Amino acid sequence: MAWADSENRYKQDKVYDACGLFGFIDTTGAKHDGNKVVAALNSMKERGNGLGAGYAAYGLYPEFNDHYCFHTMHSDEAHRLELDTYLRKHFAVVHDEPIPHKHVQEILDPPVVWRYFLFPQSAHMVGRSEEDYIVHEVMHINSHFEGSFVVSSGKNMGIFKGVGHPEAIAEFYQIQNYQAYMWTSHNRFPTNTPGWWGGAHPFGLLDWSVVHNGEISSYGINRRYIEQHGYCCTMRTDTEVFAYAADLLVRRHHLPFEIAAAVFASPLWSDIERMSEREQRIYRALRQTYGRLLMNGPFTIILAKSGVMMGLGDRIRLRPLVAGIRGGTLYVSSELSSIYLVEPEIEQTWMPQGGEPVIGRLGTAPQAPQEHKQVHRVVAQGVEA
Amino acid sequence: MSTAAVQTKTQTLDAGGLYYRDLNERLLELVNEGAETVEILNVNGQRYLGTNLQRPVRLIVHGIPGNDLGAFMDGPQITVLGSAQDGCGNTMNSGSIIIHGSAGDILGHSMRGGTILVKGNVGYRVGIHMKEYETVRPAIVIGGTAQHFLGEYMSGGVLVVLGLNLDSDELHPTHFLGTGMHGGVIFMRGRVDASYLGKEVGQEKMDDADNWLLQRLVQEYADTFKVDSEGIFSVPFIKLVPRTKRPYGQLYAY
Repeated sequence: MAWADSENRYKQDKVYDACGLFGFIDTTGAKHDGNKVVAALNSMKERGNGLGAGYAAYGLYPEFNDHYCFHTMHSDEAHRLELDTYLRKHFAVVHDEPIPHKHVQEILDPPVVWRYFLFPQSAHMVGRSEEDYIVHEVMHINSHFEGSFVVSSGKNMGIFKGVGHPEAIAEFYQIQNYQAYMWTSHNRFPTNTPGWWGGAHPFGLLDWSVVHNGEISSYGINRRYIEQHGYCCTMRTDTEVFAYAADLLVRRHHLPFEIAAAVFASPLWSDIERMSEREQRIYRALRQTYGRLLMNGPFTIILAKSGVMMGLGDRIRLRPLVAGIRGGTLYVSSELSSIYLVEPEIEQTWMPQGGEPVIGRLGTAPQAPQEHKQVHRVVAQGVEA
Repeated sequence: MSTAAVQTKTQTLDAGGLYYRDLNERLLELVNEGAETVEILNVNGQRYLGTNLQRPVRLIVHGIPGNDLGAFMDGPQITVLGSAQDGCGNTMNSGSIIIHGSAGDILGHSMRGGTILVKGNVGYRVGIHMKEYETVRPAIVIGGTAQHFLGEYMSGGVLVVLGLNLDSDELHPTHFLGTGMHGGVIFMRGRVDASYLGKEVGQEKMDDADNWLLQRLVQEYADTFKVDSEGIFSVPFIKLVPRTKRPYGQLYAY
């Protein structure tokens, strides 16, 4: 897995490590430009190898608040026109434009990147809810249109991603110019699947986005389960199942994020046996009902949708996750140093247990869990020493 | 020795914005030029500090050093005025690492010798596959508590967890403690739930040699972080050792 020569200053013959994740939500709703997220992600450059990076931003398009925004990628202009025709037939397109981008030396042969602001027309929806219609259409496009696909499809949010290092992708999309109250980001080190533009993280559907470090060993059964519910896996990587599974559990089955976390990273049976009888009933029922959405194997994810961000690691923490709070802002990252880099005055930091979700919600001041009270106290002393 | 000569033996290095390779190269240059103590300022995420300095130089790290701090380290003494990330002391051979904050996962991974002292808490799988050989015996002392899989597959060395930040009736939250352990010893101060222990460890009574070892390590911790060692010994310790030297000897023998 070679780096480009320009990147490989030290002529390394192998590249180390795994993906890097970083995200934050300002629960007061105040917006931040992209500089912070780019700096934090780039400080963990060694976690990736230049074969993918990306950013998801929320609160991005207030002027098109009520419209779905499709970020699309196309292998060339002809393929874009093909999708363009299709979109105008199946949606009311109120505005469309190229996603502003700039030539970056490191980025070779980028696809055509476009954004469409649109809404579904009831004549086409045939009894589906608006959101179900969007899901149906995105799945159709991504599995039937050779040379085009939809990267994100939510309201007031967007995903920017591609093949390159974090700073190169940021420069390509001019990430620093966007304002958002919530950002998530990813620096990729692909292991089992190719590094391609669609395979970079975040993955999105509606306003969901997910970034992921690790691998889902249970991918086969997870995929078969969500395919039974109308989702199609088209991105040639395991991560997208998280986005579709979250959509199924949280939007369609109305489960809270905490329960979705308990499905993805269920407590071990030995832990369930230690719970109260009532809790045991709940967790046993979850494992019986949603056993096929248990995500096995090493992973850390940051899952986000409008107003909510959740960091979650696998049950025995085979991938790192640290969290921090300052004021109304909750940070999650693969490495503590990246949080300190962009927030030197961080008030609390802690390492969540495997399977323990870290959730930030717009309008609710974030809090560190009580059982971690000791961790950040000691950290704070250490840093002041 | 003149004041000037003393000054040249203590050097300051600003790590702000430096890539880890460049920082480690600069550090090696300073040490080759005769520096005995290097204060490294504004460290933020740079990896492998101390790895390439094979002599007893003193490093004082201000900030958050990156993963694999002191990996394969042979000789240096590192003091971190901040917290360490994952993989600190990975396969370290000799020297010491003192961390005034907390440390992340797999602290002391495959450690072969030397000492690590952590004032705060530590993450998952601390001491995983630590080892020892004849009189060379690595030791880790943790002031706070540890997350799960402490001492996993441990095959030698000494782990001490003081739990100084736990309330008096609070259990160590460490599950699967000593899973796969087949050598070495773990001393836990305070309460440990027997059902949290890995299948491969058992509790054993402490003997004089244990008390002497523990006294020495706790005193080193107390002197380093300026706490009262008598207070530490007011709460009893539990000694955990492997039940067998080959816990999985029969696993694939049909």
